[in-house]
Amino acid sequence: MEGDRKRRFFISKRVDGFFIIFSNVTSFIGRFFKEMFRRPLEWNEFIHQCYEIGYRSLLLITMTAFITGVVFTKQSRPSLSEFGAQSWLPSLVAIAVIKSLAPLVTALICAGKVGSGIGAELGSMRVTEQIDAMEVSATNPFKYLVNTRIGAATLMLPMLMLYAAFVSMMGSYLDISLNEQTSFTTFLQNAFSKITFLDYASSIIRSLVFGFTIGTVGCYQGFNTSGGTQGVGRAANSAVVVSMFFIFIEEMLILQIINSFR
Amino acid sequence: MERTNQQREAVVSIRNLYKAFGSNEVLRGVDLDLFHGENLVVLGRSGTGKSVLIKIIAGLLKPDSGTVNVLGREVPGLNAKELNALRLELGFSFQNSALYDSMSVKENLLFPLLHHRRHLPKSAVDRSVETVLDAVGLLQAKNQMPAELSGGQKKRIGIARTLILQPKIMLYDEPTAGLDPITSSEINELINEVQERYHTSSIIITHDLTCAKDTGDRVAMLLDGVFAKEGTFDDVFRSEDERIQSFYNYNFTG
Repeated sequence: MEGDRKRRFFISKRVDGFFIIFSNVTSFIGRFFKEMFRRPLEWNEFIHQCYEIGYRSLLLITMTAFITGVVFTKQSRPSLSEFGAQSWLPSLVAIAVIKSLAPLVTALICAGKVGSGIGAELGSMRVTEQIDAMEVSATNPFKYLVNTRIGAATLMLPMLMLYAAFVSMMGSYLDISLNEQTSFTTFLQNAFSKITFLDYASSIIRSLVFGFTIGTVGCYQGFNTSGGTQGVGRAANSAVVVSMFFIFIEEMLILQIINSFR
Repeated sequence: MERTNQQREAVVSIRNLYKAFGSNEVLRGVDLDLFHGENLVVLGRSGTGKSVLIKIIAGLLKPDSGTVNVLGREVPGLNAKELNALRLELGFSFQNSALYDSMSVKENLLFPLLHHRRHLPKSAVDRSVETVLDAVGLLQAKNQMPAELSGGQKKRIGIARTLILQPKIMLYDEPTAGLDPITSSEINELINEVQERYHTSSIIITHDLTCAKDTGDRVAMLLDGVFAKEGTFDDVFRSEDERIQSFYNYNFTG
């Protein structure tokens, strides 16, 4: 019996489990790219998912981004005032928002909202045999469900990030205009004077990667759900936790890579 | 004159089929034929591998060993494209109907049609939807969402969704599970109507003896991973096998 148990694992249960998941995720991502150019392209579902992921996240993104802009401006003002550098406030906010806050805040919100939604939806489709039903009707459920969602999340995240940056800057301008009576033109000139093309590119690239991560993790967890309704809950939960974990790792890695180009 | 099984064409032919999940051996050398135009009922207790059997036929599960020949094609050896071509000739009615929650009844029916009959004009598509809804007696439910349907209605729509591609073989997984006796009897009638109207050959997985008696031209009793007895309903339950007798007694006397 003991011998049997030992034989079942190559190294140990945890190490084997890690490599099995790593291999499954790799083949899942590989299948995404393989299916991407195969017909039918499922445009209608892709557009529908863009609407679900993009448009339906707007309210939450607007509120969070606006408050982030206002609060960041309010919190930064006293420190800058100490050095008589209040005029740098727009630049400081723009650097913080465009270089870091907008991509990260948007990604974390979407990991919570979109990632859990995808995980729960696909998970419940799996346990209620809806995915099997697609398969036996000779429709490719991977292409229809997974490719469209990963594609939509990857495309929508940069757009939501740019929108979040814009709303944050508007929040910041509102606070600045009320306290320093700065005109909108002056605010814009000051704000964007320190932002380079590489800053925009870096944020867009990171958002693309975050979107891909959120879509992939949500779909992987949902598509491989087992264990009934409890499994659906687990899939939704892991979609959020795992996405957030990878978002922070990717943020760090991509920043290191992009900084090496500066 | 009615032809014997030997003379009739087998549309599904399974030989020496084995399937295990870990240490749990579910199917242990199953042999089965489904002949053209017949309703074959596979009876057995829960967990005896009845659903596994039809999932293997539909290519949803892979067997550990054995041959599964469906419409002249060896299922385990098919590539994805060949398997999809075969699946267009199979209809699978799931135990819990498996209707797409986010789509209306009409969209559920359109889903396979729009994926496989893209060239059809809109009028033909609408006509197909109405024909199958009429066949299952739910024309009025066209614009309803699955959540608004009763269990029996969901089963009917599930069957309608498979019929829309006009399959040659129907696979019913527990068609009467969770339904009251009257609705069950309506589903049994529907299964027989589908056979007559669409000339399908069907495998009906069930543990409901009324369903078996009402729908089965032939009954096969799955016990301990192999078919213990095959024949007409009366033939099977005339058997002196204690396991078959206790199954019969439990169903009809509780």
